[in-house]
Amino acid sequence: MLDLSKYQSIGAALKDALDKFAGETCLIESDREREKERLTYHDFKQRAHPLANALQNAAFKASDRAAIIMTNQSKWLISAYAIFYCGGVLVPLDYKLTPEEQWQLLKHSSASVLITEYPIWRQLTASPARASTANLKIVLVTEAPPNVDLSGAQRWEDFRGTGEPAFIPRKRSDVATIVYSSGTGGRPKGCMMIHENYLEQCVPFPALYPLWPRATYLSILPTNHAIDFMLGFFYPFVSGATVVHLRTLRPEYVRAAFPKYKIAYVTLVPLVLKNLQKGLQARFEELSLWKRRLLNALVAVNKALTGSRPHVGLSRLLLKQVHEAFGGQLRAIIVGGSFTEPQVLQFFYDLGISVANAYGLTEACTGITVNDLKPFRADTVGKPLPGMEVRILNPDSEGIGEVSVRSKTVMSGYLNEPELTAETIVGGWLMTGDLGRFDSAGHLQLFGRKKNMIVTEEGKNIYPEDIESAFESLPVKEFCVFAANYIWPQRSMVGEQLLLVLHLEQGHILTDELRRDVSARNSRLLNYKRVHGIVLFDEDFPRTASLKIKRNILAERLAQKDRALAILPL
Amino acid sequence: MRTIDQTTQEVLSLASKHFHVPSDSLAPDDDFFKKLGINSLQALELLSRLENHFGIELPDYEVQGVSDFRTLASRIQSRL
Repeated sequence: MLDLSKYQSIGAALKDALDKFAGETCLIESDREREKERLTYHDFKQRAHPLANALQNAAFKASDRAAIIMTNQSKWLISAYAIFYCGGVLVPLDYKLTPEEQWQLLKHSSASVLITEYPIWRQLTASPARASTANLKIVLVTEAPPNVDLSGAQRWEDFRGTGEPAFIPRKRSDVATIVYSSGTGGRPKGCMMIHENYLEQCVPFPALYPLWPRATYLSILPTNHAIDFMLGFFYPFVSGATVVHLRTLRPEYVRAAFPKYKIAYVTLVPLVLKNLQKGLQARFEELSLWKRRLLNALVAVNKALTGSRPHVGLSRLLLKQVHEAFGGQLRAIIVGGSFTEPQVLQFFYDLGISVANAYGLTEACTGITVNDLKPFRADTVGKPLPGMEVRILNPDSEGIGEVSVRSKTVMSGYLNEPELTAETIVGGWLMTGDLGRFDSAGHLQLFGRKKNMIVTEEGKNIYPEDIESAFESLPVKEFCVFAANYIWPQRSMVGEQLLLVLHLEQGHILTDELRRDVSARNSRLLNYKRVHGIVLFDEDFPRTASLKIKRNILAERLAQKDRALAILPL
Repeated sequence: MRTIDQTTQEVLSLASKHFHVPSDSLAPDDDFFKKLGINSLQALELLSRLENHFGIELPDYEVQGVSDFRTLASRIQSRL
């Protein structure tokens, strides 16, 4: 890996990486069984510089903001590099959001450039929300079919300057990206990440999970997500490694990519890891009795030999067929974005496949703690990475309190939200809102959340108040949405659910018609944002002088109800 | 060439077989995430099965944000 202490910005480090590793492969793009593209670092530079030049010709300058809404593919990374080369601020947005949400974030971020894919642009232009966004000056669209109306956009492939672009240096303290951690409803949370955050976050990785030229990283998590931006772009690029993109994320093509590209690392969300576990278990169950016995015996031997630390070579030998299904080169599966159940982690470790169970927040760049596998522990999220100060605030009698973090990877603040920033970063410490404690070995264990939010198994942060707009004008006196575990703390990071609390009009009851209305509105929400049940509350909601709901007090009152009886399933 | 109604019925029939639910319990306007209680990965499995059945390729972006059988069927129909 490049010595990142020498660099002031993401752009400067990537610029050197493209020259240092010029002949190595940096990107492979595959669609089903077809390999679409294979680029060297030199090819990457050849693609990115004309784009940077054209951006500069179009008066895109230092600190200007450019958004990317794309699926994982080579043009995502090429565009991001061109933006950094020009000294711009990258705004990576989630392609899975609705067009209305995407417009809202485009507006909030004040991006003047948007780079997107044609199908996404088609949906964006069909949305009435487009009219409210005046900031955009340039829209570049990739892979548009010939002869289609681009509604004011330009073709990415044709947007090329002919001269050599000027590299615009940035300082470590300059904003590099604005990453939306969540909050597409009432209050977008745009984390302003500075260049130093990324340069420092990368430093401890080589000792834990080394990358090298020709080592392959399978990029599946969306690149707009903090984890993939770091592990599927910046870290492999400054290490000269190869990033593999799949245009079709069906499980069968993901499985096929492991042996085809000899994948060394992949990052998955817990849901996908669990799915992988199920698939393997189903295959094991199909084995004949004696083969299953043999497998169980080999797993037992592997467990005994890897109890204190992993022995990848030995495990590959013992459980050859299992490891060959993963390509035989897999160093670790990194799992992040949400909490992973210990039994899932243990299942893979027993097969000799290391799962790096990490804990992090967008607000802290990528990772705060990670399992160092010395020894493997399924019940914790590991120890703080070097450079991270982690402490437990106001611990109770069992040592459990709010996890807070101080490090050079903590964001500079939320865009346009000084109050929210002041609540979140207090005296230099980032308040994570997660409850945890350290055990005697220095491992962090998590025990639920202090804040009213949930994180889905797919790694989505959901703030209940962002969903409330879906229930506006519901024929009730008042309503609000809560995370069930915020009302009734469970000391658990799994099974989180959203609830709709209804205060009905005087004398009204919960009719089938009202239930249908709630269900219909609920079904229009993206599946991971849907509420799971209704809770009836027959008093006025406590409110502030400005009539905002006092959620903490309301939650305390709701908590007096029996959880099992109070939740009426939808 | 199938009509859109035929395509829709075939989508419903395959979904009912794949997820082991009675075929008459599914309707074109049903939200398949909710009705079948499935997650995004299981929906991808269904897409693969539909691709094999209809002999087409459905790019991931074409089905992004689609959650009801009728819209899914119309996306398939446009590629037949």
